[in-house]
Amino acid sequence: MYVAVKGGEQAIENSQKLLAEERRGDTGVPELSLDQIREQMALAVDRVMTEGSLYDPELAALAIKQACGDLQEAIFLLRAYRTTLPRFGVSEPIDTGHMAIRRRISATYKDLPGGQVLGPSFDYTHRLLDFALAAGDTRPVADIAEQAVDSGMPRVTDILNHEGLVEVEEPESDDTPVFDLTRESPRYPADRPARLQNLARGDEGFLLALGYSTQRGFGNNHPFAGEIRLGEVAVEFAPEELGFPIEIGEITVTECQMINQFKGSASQPPQFTRGYGLTFGHCERKAMSMALVDRALRAEEFGEPVEAPAQDEEFVMAHSDNVEASGFVQHLKLPHYVDFQAELVTVRALRKQAFAAAEVNPVSDAAE
Amino acid sequence: MSTVIQHPSAQHPSAAKTETTPVAMIEGYNFAYLDEQTKRMIRRAILKAVAVPGYQVPFGSREMPLPYGWGTGGIQVTAAVIGPDDTLKVIDQGADDTTNAVNIRRFFAKTAGVATTEKTADASIIQTRHRIPEKPLTEEQILVYQVPIPEPLRQLEARETETRKMHALEEYGVMHVSLYEDIATFGRITRSYNYPVKVADRYVMAPSPIPKFDNPKMNRMPALQLFGAGREKRIYAVPPYTKVESLDFEDHPFTIESWEENCALCGATDSYLDEVVIDDKGGKMFVCSDSDYCQERREAGHVGDGGPPHTESDGR
Repeated sequence: MYVAVKGGEQAIENSQKLLAEERRGDTGVPELSLDQIREQMALAVDRVMTEGSLYDPELAALAIKQACGDLQEAIFLLRAYRTTLPRFGVSEPIDTGHMAIRRRISATYKDLPGGQVLGPSFDYTHRLLDFALAAGDTRPVADIAEQAVDSGMPRVTDILNHEGLVEVEEPESDDTPVFDLTRESPRYPADRPARLQNLARGDEGFLLALGYSTQRGFGNNHPFAGEIRLGEVAVEFAPEELGFPIEIGEITVTECQMINQFKGSASQPPQFTRGYGLTFGHCERKAMSMALVDRALRAEEFGEPVEAPAQDEEFVMAHSDNVEASGFVQHLKLPHYVDFQAELVTVRALRKQAFAAAEVNPVSDAAE
Repeated sequence: MSTVIQHPSAQHPSAAKTETTPVAMIEGYNFAYLDEQTKRMIRRAILKAVAVPGYQVPFGSREMPLPYGWGTGGIQVTAAVIGPDDTLKVIDQGADDTTNAVNIRRFFAKTAGVATTEKTADASIIQTRHRIPEKPLTEEQILVYQVPIPEPLRQLEARETETRKMHALEEYGVMHVSLYEDIATFGRITRSYNYPVKVADRYVMAPSPIPKFDNPKMNRMPALQLFGAGREKRIYAVPPYTKVESLDFEDHPFTIESWEENCALCGATDSYLDEVVIDDKGGKMFVCSDSDYCQERREAGHVGDGGPPHTESDGR
């Protein structure tokens, strides 16, 4: 009954009460606490913080709880909250070279200074459902390594840099104002900072598929996972009244440096190019996908033909955001009956015209 | 088995009066939700839009607590222009009681505490999705449209880099070709909503997905018309008394929808009608899409034939 959509205020209130009841589920089962979500659903929390563009595990856990575990809905909740927060400045760039490493792997070297550190990872688990987990009350303890992780843990790209084998990335000068995608409307062609901001908050699934598509030939750029690192970095901020940066906290990030097919030019001998991915928390799949897409989007910069979806800046940037995409796809469930009526009038008129023409000019099938 | 469905306003004879249940204001947010800096930014975009009628002004659209595609652009525009003394009306599909309209009205009642109304004449700001009210608007009023896709050329050219150039060069041939293709294929222009208009002899503009029936109301309208597209981050405007022409050809002039039926409730012959299916045998009735217009007419004593339900006669 379509008219039922015209429910009004009472219907909305009732719907929300019903949602709240369903969110709680069976009251015989203990209610989830935010601590439980934050501690035991940590990767969900990390994804919500990354795509929600807000580093706050507590609020992300609340968003996940409120969204009944629907992560895109949780991301939306966090974004809507984030947008109300005042901006008091821009931090210093974080230095992932000085990360407190928990995981660091490189696919381009068997061994390297600092070594390969597997850290916590699903990578080599056998994906067998663990029925012991179902029984609950597991308290696994990991042994403490006999030897601390090397304090010097150079980035693979820095190692390559010594020989000039990889393109150098110069930071922009401190005076360059930082573009903020959440405060300004994107302009095309966009520059790399705008693109990276867009990818950082882009939907993991969308970037995963796009990154994958480049591996299957839609914009291939021969990637190697130069390095993936996970750990804690300090965040520094320079208050205007102090004039020097102070540490205001620590965040967990995942960084991926993809090393890609080389390029050379008349002035520059051939060297590898980069793709970059960075996320809050531990979001390795997202960081890697982001790095693939970042590199694909640099096609024009390296004089490569822009042919595949992943290389197309407007296509990628305009469709990567799941809060935008989810809203617009789902707005189709709002009433559209006025426009549908307009279409009905048009189609009926066209049919009338077609039937009239068929009567004047009968064709064998037309009279059916 | 047939189910008789009443026009919702017919079930609630008092529906057209100002909202009775007072909504409690929400704590901790600025008046009309957005912070003052953001409102200033939006007002600057609006001023530019008014100065260049029909031109899509990019703006730093914020993430609203309602989903993109559900009116976030209109809400931001309304939030930027509304004051404590304003009276707000919100319609969706012409009706005040559709859930989305109710929800947006509730949002402003909660965040701005402004008076809301369902009466077109009493409103100083009307936010709308998909319709222009039947009752002519005045210089004292602002009409805020919710816009899903602000770019009229988008379906013909997907790239923003291209469409911006086309607008800059006033290169609208592709749109005319598209309309011509309709004529070549169907014998007429088949666009029935979001029908492209030209504003002040310069910019081709998307009127938002209003039925083309409403297009003529935009022309030289005394009220200020503001268009907000939140997800696409664009604002545009038609200042009062601005020329708005629906694109057409000399030999295929622009026409609007008409119905053989009148409104079953108020008997109106001049309003946009919704078709309400009332059984599973093709029975239907037609009622005004503009719930306030219909209500006002009924209060003035106009009566439609109400039934028997109209049945599709040609069976095709």
